[in-house]
Amino acid sequence: MQHSREALIQAYRQMKTIRVFEERLHDEIALGEIAGFTHLYAGQEACAVGVCEHLGPKDYIISTHRGHGHCIAKGCDVVGMMKEIYGSSDGLCKGKSGSMHIADINKGMLGANGIVGAGAPIAVGAGITAKSNGTVSIAFSGDGACNQGTTFEAMNMAVVLKLPVIFVFENNHYSEHTGESYAVGAESMTVRSAAFGMKAIKANGIDFFSVYDAMRELIEYCKAGNGPASIELDTERFYGHFEGDPQRYRGKGELDRLREERDCLKVFRTKVTEAKLLEGADIDAIDAEVEALIDRAVAESKAAPRPTADHVLEDVYISY
Amino acid sequence: MARQMIRDVIRDTIDAEMARDENVIMLGEDIVGGMGSPGGPEAIGGIWGTSGGLWAKYGSDRVIDTPISESAIIGAAAGASLTGKRAIAEIMFADFIGVCMDQIWNQVAKFRYMFGGKSKCPIVIRMPYGAGYNAAPQHSQSIHAMVTAMPGLKVVMPTTAADVKGLLTTAIRDDDPVIFLEHKALYGVKGEVPDGEYLIPFGHARQVTQGDDVTILATGMMVGFAEKAAAQLAQDGIGCDLLDLRTTSPLDEEAIMDSVERTGRLLIVDEAPPRCSFATDLSALVANKAFASLKAPIEMVTGPHSPVPFARELESAYVPSPDKIVAAAVKAMSYRRG
Ligand SMILES: Cc1ncc(C[n+]2csc(CCOP(=O)(O)OP(=O)(O)O)c2C)c(N)n1
Ligand SMILES: [Mg+2]
Repeated sequence: MQHSREALIQAYRQMKTIRVFEERLHDEIALGEIAGFTHLYAGQEACAVGVCEHLGPKDYIISTHRGHGHCIAKGCDVVGMMKEIYGSSDGLCKGKSGSMHIADINKGMLGANGIVGAGAPIAVGAGITAKSNGTVSIAFSGDGACNQGTTFEAMNMAVVLKLPVIFVFENNHYSEHTGESYAVGAESMTVRSAAFGMKAIKANGIDFFSVYDAMRELIEYCKAGNGPASIELDTERFYGHFEGDPQRYRGKGELDRLREERDCLKVFRTKVTEAKLLEGADIDAIDAEVEALIDRAVAESKAAPRPTADHVLEDVYISY
Repeated sequence: MARQMIRDVIRDTIDAEMARDENVIMLGEDIVGGMGSPGGPEAIGGIWGTSGGLWAKYGSDRVIDTPISESAIIGAAAGASLTGKRAIAEIMFADFIGVCMDQIWNQVAKFRYMFGGKSKCPIVIRMPYGAGYNAAPQHSQSIHAMVTAMPGLKVVMPTTAADVKGLLTTAIRDDDPVIFLEHKALYGVKGEVPDGEYLIPFGHARQVTQGDDVTILATGMMVGFAEKAAAQLAQDGIGCDLLDLRTTSPLDEEAIMDSVERTGRLLIVDEAPPRCSFATDLSALVANKAFASLKAPIEMVTGPHSPVPFARELESAYVPSPDKIVAAAVKAMSYRRG
């Protein structure tokens, strides 16, 4: 582990921001103030942050329906995101997208996406740009999205075109209510990716350091012109598929066990404090800072301007 | 007669057809719900609650929970239907038609014709559609115009519990491909359902209200909105002849013409955007075939030419409302030839 104190603090702050953002949304949604479908990312923070801590604004990522974590990790404005989820005209996408389509192209964040499997082909295109920029393009997908034909096509095309694209498969073991073992026919996403002819590895998706180190290797590999790569991250989702999901497909006590034994924030804290890289007090200070940020985001979102009927036809190229 | 929610009518109708004909099979994502999970099969029973209990009754060979692979779902349903099965495929949200368009448009819709009439493809593709859930641009669309435009497909858009039973039974027994569009906002709506076998032939509109002043044509969630508007208009002495078209292909031209010839005014309500739409199609039909009967320009109340936006205020501005329908009817009534 060779990480500066600043880098560790930044990584933890990002993970904690995602966690508190999602926990707070869980509570706010229960109050009925937020409309639409919301898929929370809590539990998977080490994945988004372990990947995105390597990236700059000219590196691209494309996300999924479970996009908040990727957005935050890639540097999207947290208050703007919260306003978007509240449907404010001041939100990052002016209230047009809600939770499921948040994007910030200037940050290299090409959008959360409501169509499972739509991201990987778009990441191939961003990979064409990345190749000319000397940057990389990342496609986040899940253990469900990995079964879409679009994902297969994208993987093959990236290999054929030797593009700097990294397919990140966050294996949280469920696609909606279906277990990964039922829907993924191959032994693993890694084996399948390798069969497409790319470098394919696994990492521990609840350990920031495991993800971060593996990604460093893959990014160097891709930037050196070797073509695409894939990484499968073993991780966990702490809430339902969407908010309101009764989660009857879970085992007895499963969520309690996951939160106890497989919480990436706890893993991080234990690692850095045991190695004396950070003190408990450092971490507590970040926790307080993040809580305050999310409090502010929610308060501002509740007070933010609402869109009006004339906004419906704004940003359509041609109006009738 | 029993009073049932539309989602339960769908499940019961499929159940009855699966019991009646062992060739009827079902495919879709999470239609069993819980496969490969600790909670086990039927932990959920379909995200719309339209398939609970069917897997337990008919097993994995007939109730097929699939990976997230819409192209393969429709392709597999098509292949099975070409070879002797009757497949009911579920596309979880109609918007995902984008993923499996080739299988629907170039394959399923064209088999019978391009194989010289020598094939049958008895497939029903069920697709929940429509706005009302603040589900944003990729989970809220009304796609009926697109599929109605495709020769080789029949398109059904039921609105009442009884019609769901009658039309779904007909769809499953039909030897040709049927797109069965279920408005998401109607799943929880209850209505009387006839007992026993009940079939409604395609191509017959349902008369919802009778009146002599304005013909209103609507489908799906718009029927209920138009009914509200008609009740309000009736108080102001404007009689609405409201037709729920029920199937957009085949289309009950006769009922439309009869009504327009009587009222001389036409108002079309369509949840989808206005260009190249079902509304413009109906409008062209009436302008062409009943021009002489028209006393006023044809009015259309539709969604705007935009994706369906997320925020509550935006989505409700997008979707046609009873108020907009009332205003359009009043406009048609007050038209005077210049
Ligand atoms: C084309 C398409 N099919 C189906 C869905 C419905 N859907 C949304 S998320 C999801 C499961 C995705 O699972 P996974 O890729 O593992 O991501 P996770 O939800 O676990 O983050 C499904 C089936 C969709 N949005 N788009
Ligand atoms: Mg998953």
